[in-house]
Amino acid sequence: MAEAQTEEPRTLSYVAAITEGVRTVMQEQPNAFVAGEDVAGAGGVFGTYKGLLKEFGPDRIFDTPISEKAIVGLGVGASATGCRPIIDVMFMDFLGECMDEVTNQLAKMRYMFGGHATLPVTLLTMAGAGMSMAAQHSQSLEAWLCHLPGLKVCMPTTPYDAKGLIIAAARDDNPVIVILNKMSLAITGEVPEESYAIPLGQANIVRSGTNYTIVAIGRMVHEALKAVDKLKSLGIDAEIIDPRTLQPFDSATVIDSVKKTHRALVVHEAVRFGGIGGEITAQIQEQAFDFLDAPIARVGAPFSPVPFSPALEKLYVPNADSIVAAAKQQLGL
Amino acid sequence: MSDEISDETLLDLHRRMVRIRRFEETAGKMMEDGKVPGALHLYVGEEAIASGVMTHLSNEDQITSTHRGHGHLIAKGGEFDRMFAELLGRVTGYCKGKGGSMHISNLDLGMLGANGIVGAGLTIAVGAAFSNKFRKTDNVTCCFFGDGASNEGSFHEAANMAALFKLPVVFVCENNGYGEYTSQANHQAIVDVADRAPGYGMPGVVVDGMDVIAVYEAAGLAIARARAGEGPTLLECKTYRFYDHVGVRGMGLSYRSDEEVAAWQKKDPIDLFESRLAEQGILSPEAAKAVHDETLAEVISAVKFAEDSPFPEPSSLTEDVYA
Repeated sequence: MAEAQTEEPRTLSYVAAITEGVRTVMQEQPNAFVAGEDVAGAGGVFGTYKGLLKEFGPDRIFDTPISEKAIVGLGVGASATGCRPIIDVMFMDFLGECMDEVTNQLAKMRYMFGGHATLPVTLLTMAGAGMSMAAQHSQSLEAWLCHLPGLKVCMPTTPYDAKGLIIAAARDDNPVIVILNKMSLAITGEVPEESYAIPLGQANIVRSGTNYTIVAIGRMVHEALKAVDKLKSLGIDAEIIDPRTLQPFDSATVIDSVKKTHRALVVHEAVRFGGIGGEITAQIQEQAFDFLDAPIARVGAPFSPVPFSPALEKLYVPNADSIVAAAKQQLGL
Repeated sequence: MSDEISDETLLDLHRRMVRIRRFEETAGKMMEDGKVPGALHLYVGEEAIASGVMTHLSNEDQITSTHRGHGHLIAKGGEFDRMFAELLGRVTGYCKGKGGSMHISNLDLGMLGANGIVGAGLTIAVGAAFSNKFRKTDNVTCCFFGDGASNEGSFHEAANMAALFKLPVVFVCENNGYGEYTSQANHQAIVDVADRAPGYGMPGVVVDGMDVIAVYEAAGLAIARARAGEGPTLLECKTYRFYDHVGVRGMGLSYRSDEEVAAWQKKDPIDLFESRLAEQGILSPEAAKAVHDETLAEVISAVKFAEDSPFPEPSSLTEDVYA
């Protein structure tokens, strides 16, 4: 990859990178299969599994009934007996239908059994607002999952991360939830053709900066990047960190950054109250209190379900402007 | 009918039932004496079901169990010492003391866990059965659940998916007439849970769950069907819980009459089977008593093993969360 070649780097869309990640896993792991609603015949309602049925056949990628409990339960039972399932829960909002299987079975079985069970399940699900899909098809519920010991949770924001985190999730012997973002499907970026894994628990410093740290979760990474110029005009040179994995969380990268910049803002698309931003904020103040020159700012959605009307939804979802506004308020600018 | 069943198998069935009974009676006593942390859900009265089903299974065949899971593990080959150690929260237990009665399991024996969530084993069994098919084995999965669990959504989703995919699974409903403290008449409008099976496209069979031979024969047909790739069966076994939902008579609740309990105790599956074996000259009352005595001695030694075993080290508190 690092060879000095004049060739253009290959780019893929986020959705194509997801497909390539799953394809790579299916090629590398004979005991991997994909199960979920509309994953085979339709190739996934977001196109994430396009072409895989033709490539791998109906024994390895198949449509299930609309039965989220049984879909996740299938993953639990199959993984405990030698398979490496890739389980699709179409919208993250549908986790409510299978929260027992996720919470009480998948996450806990290994511990409850004294370490004797291994559950290598990769659970892919689609989150995020911005498409007027209203309150039941737009949520970002990652905080639910990060609170459950036994699960790993990651949120790829770029095509490169989508492929690399899916491969890492599938190689991991633990249940890993990969939270994808439906507003990012068309984003393009460089994606190597070969197989590669991004270590779970390793943050990415998306942009280096000197006097301000932004920890941006999921799609908010892109909004933080859009805010860079406006922040610069306020004298803020932002370092943007994408944790990529929320559980386990790469505290060290965040803390090192804050020790350098002395000011921090955490932004996510999820409802602010009880969001993962509260945990990250607490970790910063626990580990870098003496380095802080200002209170830590938090940006998230208001305490309301996701609205339908585009007029309301655009007020609901945090963006570059709300990041700038929060920074100004935080610093008294 | 039992002419077709070998004496060896008959004695095996008897031995499995006695093992469950002797284990559970002692465990119940220990709970009443305050020697067991947490709660136990005893299998006494229902022994014919686990024994009749498990006699057909190898260690490579899986089961999913319930909160009332000791009997399933014993019939699947669980060892008393490691089971008592688990019940007492000791590091020598099957789950290193991290699961207790409600999560007791042994994957090497194909026992995918007791489960504290009513109905949760149903979808896990579907997953194990799928895995058997996907990995091209001829193994089957038997899923134990109660009449109460048949009202959970997981029952519906699992039954539909198993029938649709023709998975090698047998759904064994242990209908003991109560979902915790609520009678079946008060929790569903049907008498036979097996009536639901045709609605999913699978056969439903009702057997006397106090008759180990009836269970053995019906389970044999359902398991053979699953092994042959012909899909799932719902096998409903009518049974009764001699003790309370939790413990022996732990809560003194007045949800069922003494007369009702006494009437069912007359159908004690072990007593019935021992009379039958004596009549047929296969096992004399003295020989049957010897099986009980030997088993009790094993129980006593296992309890001692458990009580002498150490508790888990504090350092193990957060171990085994991740692989």
